[in-house]
Formats: sequence, structure tokens, C-alpha cells
Amino acid sequence: MTLNRRDFVKLLGAGAAVSAASLYGCAATPTRTIGRVVVVGGGYAGATAAKYIRLWEPGIEVILVEPNANFVSCPFSNRVLGGSMKIEELTVSYDKLQSVRGVKLVRDEVTAVDADKRVVRLAKGDALSYDRLILAPGIDFMYETIPGLNNAAAQERVLHSWKAGPQTVALRKQLEAMRDGGVYAIHIPKAPYRCPPGPYERATQVAFYLKNAKPKSKILILDANEDIQSKKGLFTKAWNEKYPGIVEYRPNSELLDVDARANTAKLLGGDVKADVLNVVPPQRAGKVAQGAKLTNINARFCGVDFLTYESTVAKGIHVLGDSIQAAPGMPKSGHMANQQAKICADAVIAVMTGRPVNDEPMISNTCYSWISDREVVHVASVHKYDKEKKTMVTVPGAGGLSPAPSVKEGAFAMGWAESIWSDALA
Amino acid sequence: MSKSRVVLLAALSAAVATAIASPVLAQDYKARAWAASCAACHGTNGRSEGEIPALAGKKKEDLLKKLKDAKAGEPKSLTVMHQHAKGYTDEQLERLADYFSKQPK
Repeated sequence: MTLNRRDFVKLLGAGAAVSAASLYGCAATPTRTIGRVVVVGGGYAGATAAKYIRLWEPGIEVILVEPNANFVSCPFSNRVLGGSMKIEELTVSYDKLQSVRGVKLVRDEVTAVDADKRVVRLAKGDALSYDRLILAPGIDFMYETIPGLNNAAAQERVLHSWKAGPQTVALRKQLEAMRDGGVYAIHIPKAPYRCPPGPYERATQVAFYLKNAKPKSKILILDANEDIQSKKGLFTKAWNEKYPGIVEYRPNSELLDVDARANTAKLLGGDVKADVLNVVPPQRAGKVAQGAKLTNINARFCGVDFLTYESTVAKGIHVLGDSIQAAPGMPKSGHMANQQAKICADAVIAVMTGRPVNDEPMISNTCYSWISDREVVHVASVHKYDKEKKTMVTVPGAGGLSPAPSVKEGAFAMGWAESIWSDALA
Repeated sequence: MSKSRVVLLAALSAAVATAIASPVLAQDYKARAWAASCAACHGTNGRSEGEIPALAGKKKEDLLKKLKDAKAGEPKSLTVMHQHAKGYTDEQLERLADYFSKQPK
């Protein structure tokens, strides 16, 4: 006999015990709807959460709210400054999340969260109800701490380039326009900030560009911290041996203000004038999380339960990525955001389908930094849940660093990018 | 619909339910969640997109041997994997190897 479509649908209806998960691969809509999850923000955290909920439980409807047309990767965006990668190569569309995974993309911004009614309001006027809400809004810059940068004109001149996209391209143009013999200065805020090794990788990538194109130029790293925050030995060695005489590191460089017109950083120890001044401002959780009053840690970041990533102050709302108060030893990074999202997706499905939440989450982290156009170093760590401390802790004896930069790790770094972009977005 | 057809459908329904639901019921959710961490580099369910080795559909014994070797620091050519493998118990490595061996290539 042959089954016609109507019979097939009936058949599925009859087998109500059949999990919708088992139907993954069928293009048809799921036979039962478990509920709706709204995900806010389509970066490493949000895109991954949206994908994995659909991958593991297609009975859950997932709506992703994201204003941008495409995902642009912050990891590797320093290579655009070094000149060995184009911003287009870091750009991935949301098409596959929709066509392959059935995520519904809404190009809009969330303006308000009503946790009691379980509704988010959107800038264009619509509202979306949810059973569970996942917020992954990334970071917001605390420009009010730098009065001279607290206006649009100054921010166009002194760039952060700490969200990959137009600002990355604009900083590259500033570097291209800089005279040979000029000074590029980057200011790094006190930790915690997004991507601990990022500023040092950036200085290294700019050094790679300047060494070849403008060899009389100098780089000043003005660090508000007392020391290099990540991969210290590897970066220091690269500056001394690969880029001698180009990079100067100045710790304890607390920023008081910026004179944007004069490209001058006003530091506790005196003024520093640069040809290209790049200020990475202090950061806090993205605006949506602030508006929802979830920033309960120092009024900056969101406390979460590390088994579910549910906010410690609002039931039914989960927070991921750079907006959370991270566990000890857990960097604010794209890789970590991707990992957190999968723990959260599993927990959200567990809660919505009535199975127990995984009480032993475990994740590993690999963070690559580019030393030249081909050579790469990494730092790795493994993190597991500690039931007594109720947080993630690093596993002693695991993890480590590269012994030295290598082309071999450059190839693996590209492999990492291809896999994680697909893991998050396809 | 004739009676025989109803019976046939019911039987089929049961067969389909068994065929597709049982792997789900037998799912090791914890191993699946741990394996999802590996996906960041090795691709979703171990289907790598680039230079990093794929894990999906490899023999469980081979995967487990590689993981245990990595935990012991072998081979010396490893760049990262020995640093990760040291963070997992042998039982966890076994469940991870089992999970990836069952994924379609």
C-alpha cells in the first residue's frame, strides 16, 4: 500500500507519544507545539541557542529577534586591521538558521521586557509572547565614564571597533591613512571586558601591518590593568622578536578622559597624543538586559544559574554570553558564548518537556589569537560545574597554552572558525 | 477507510513509533550536552567543516583510543586536544566516544 499525505498526518497524530524530535529532517511543521522561545540577539550566544533548541527539540517554536541583516564575527576581526582578512569573510547570513532549522527571524529590536506577562515589545511596534526568553544582547559601552567621548561626533573619530562591522572597516581606513612614523594607541579598560586577549592581538595585528607598510610607526598599548590579561608570554615574545621597536606596553594607564579632536588620551600619568587613537570603553550587559533589570552584579552584569543560565532575579528569562557575570576563569568570548548557549538550550528543553536538567554541565574553551597573517597561538581550558560552589570552575591539570606561534595552528584556527560559524548558524 | 487498512496503519504507526522514538528514549542527554561542547571545533555532532578532524560516525574504539592517548599526551604532534582530554574522566571520554560513533557522517 502507499500512504497518502492525509493518512501520514493521521498516523502521526495517532502516535502522540512520538517525540517531535524524532521528526527532525521532515520539512513539515511539527505535529505538536511544546511552546515558544524568543531569543534576543543573533551573535555567538543567541544564534547557537536558537539553532540548538530547534536541532534538539523541533516541537519548540523559536523566534530570533536581531536588528542586523547578517552575523559578523568579532573573533578574527583584528585580521581586518592587519590586512590579511576582509570583513566579508567574517560575515555569515542568518538564512540557514531559517531554512534548515526553522528558526523564525524577526529583524527588529526589543525595547521592553514584561516578565510578568511574558511578552517582549519591539521597536517597530509589535509584541511577542514567550514561554521562555533568552537574552543574548552582548555588551553596551559605558561612555558616560569618558565625558569627552560621550557624544556621537567624538565616537565617530575615536573608534572602539569592539563590535565587528563598520567600525572595524573604519579603523582599518584610519590606519591606512596614517603617515609613516605615526603613532597608533589603543586604550584597554579594566577587566572584565569582552575578549581578554583581544586588545593585545589587535596591537599585534596592527604591528604586522605597520611593520610592512609603515615601518617608522609606533604602537602604544595603554592598559588600565596592571598587567597583560591573557597569553602574556606569547604576546610579549611576539612584540620583542617579531615586531621589535614597534610595540610599547604601558600598564596602569588609567583613563580620565579623551580629547577626541586632538586624538589625545588623558591618563592619570599625563596626556598621550596619537595619530590614530582607539579607545575600548568599559562595558556592561547589553541594553535589553539593563532595561529588564537583570544587571544585579555591580549594576553591570547579569547573575545566572550556571545549570540553566536562568537569571538569578527573573524567572523564565535566561541570559547568555558577554552580558553575564561570568564564572571564575571563564572569559567573555565568542567560544564561551557558544558553549553556554548549548547548556542553556538543553536546560530550556528539559524544563519545557519535563525531564531533569543536566546537573553536570562541562565545557571546554579554545581561544586562538593571530600573531601574523598565518601564525597563531591559543589558550585552552576545561570548565565543569561545582555542585557546592554552584558555579563553573576550571578543571585542574587541563588546559594550557601554545608553546610558540605556528602556521599549523593557523590552519586549525581557520578550521575552528568554519566549524563554530556552522555550529551557531547552520 | 477499510478495517484492514486501519489495522495496517495501526501496526505501521506502532512500528514507526518504535523505530523513531526508541533512539530518543535511549538518548544519553548528558553525553549529548558534553559532546555539544566539542562541536565548537569539531562541528555540530562531530561533522567538521574544515581542517579539524571530524568525529561523526567513527568507530567507538578508535575514538576512545585517540581520546585516551590524548589524555596521556600522545601523539606529541597534538596542538590542543591533549589539554582538553586531561579535563575529562575515562568514563566521560567513553560516553563521548559512544555518542560520536552513533552520529551520521
